[in-house]
Amino acid sequence: MPTLIPPVNAMDHVLGKPDAAIELVEYGDFQCTFCGEAFFIIKQLREQLGGRLRFVFRNFPLSEAHEYAMDAALAAEAASRQNQFWEMHDAIYTRQSDLNEGLLLQLATSLGLDLRKFREDMESPKLLSRVEADFESGVRSGVNGTPTFYVNGKRYNGDYRELPSFLDK
Amino acid sequence: MLQKGETAPDFTLDATPEKKVHLKDLRGKNVILAFYPADWSPVCSDQMALYNEILPYFEKYNAVLLGISVDGAWCHQAFASARQIHFDLLSDFEPKGAVSIAYGVYEEKFGVSKRALFVIDANGIIQWSYLSPVNENPGADGILEALENLKNK
Repeated sequence: MPTLIPPVNAMDHVLGKPDAAIELVEYGDFQCTFCGEAFFIIKQLREQLGGRLRFVFRNFPLSEAHEYAMDAALAAEAASRQNQFWEMHDAIYTRQSDLNEGLLLQLATSLGLDLRKFREDMESPKLLSRVEADFESGVRSGVNGTPTFYVNGKRYNGDYRELPSFLDK
Repeated sequence: MLQKGETAPDFTLDATPEKKVHLKDLRGKNVILAFYPADWSPVCSDQMALYNEILPYFEKYNAVLLGISVDGAWCHQAFASARQIHFDLLSDFEPKGAVSIAYGVYEEKFGVSKRALFVIDANGIIQWSYLSPVNENPGADGILEALENLKNK
């Protein structure tokens, strides 16, 4: 069974406490419609499980298949540099059907980000290699499509629509 | 199914209606063979689309990836163009499934290739093989691990 490599660490975007009983890691693509659907499932799951759940998001942009996937990943990472990763993550998935370069800038504006810094960070090779490092870790962890989930370090092979019933046992 | 240490059976198959690929011509490079049942499986979790994204990682290990199914060359061409696939998809079409049979990965019951992976070294010897449940995309972690082991030999 494929396992998460490397384990969740200080580099990750994490929601929830380190001592939560369930650690759920998603490898996701911001333009993938299945990830868009999973976003709302996770949101509900977080409400349902509260402090029992810790959620981690790693980038897995399918850049060949999805024109804006890489830009969206970079936008979320650029927002992270202004401490608004999750706000941008949520905003992109909420407006996924309108995704393009213009939308990313529009979301950055409405989140009140410093736009000059945001634009600079989007171009930064450091952010690009961060996204690529996420992608490579996904490949090594056996990601086989998006979204792919890991529950307490082990790949979840079931349908993501069934995650709530799988986790709430 | 052929295993580690066996010689990879040679073949010549159509990659497109105009281009043939001869396995022996690839000596000196590592070769990844990805047998799969059919073109046009659902997007986002499609194995060939995933490998398309991972190609630069395979290239780092001096490895060439070849997809193989019993679909015809025209079908492969349409599929590759629709998904912007940047590696060769070979047609094990006539005689049907002959190469899949030679590698021991033909599913007689449905007349398609099984979902199977082989990593062949620069001398044409199979160094790793894996049979995946047909409905499960095996990802690329096993391939990369096999290539890593080859590099460290």
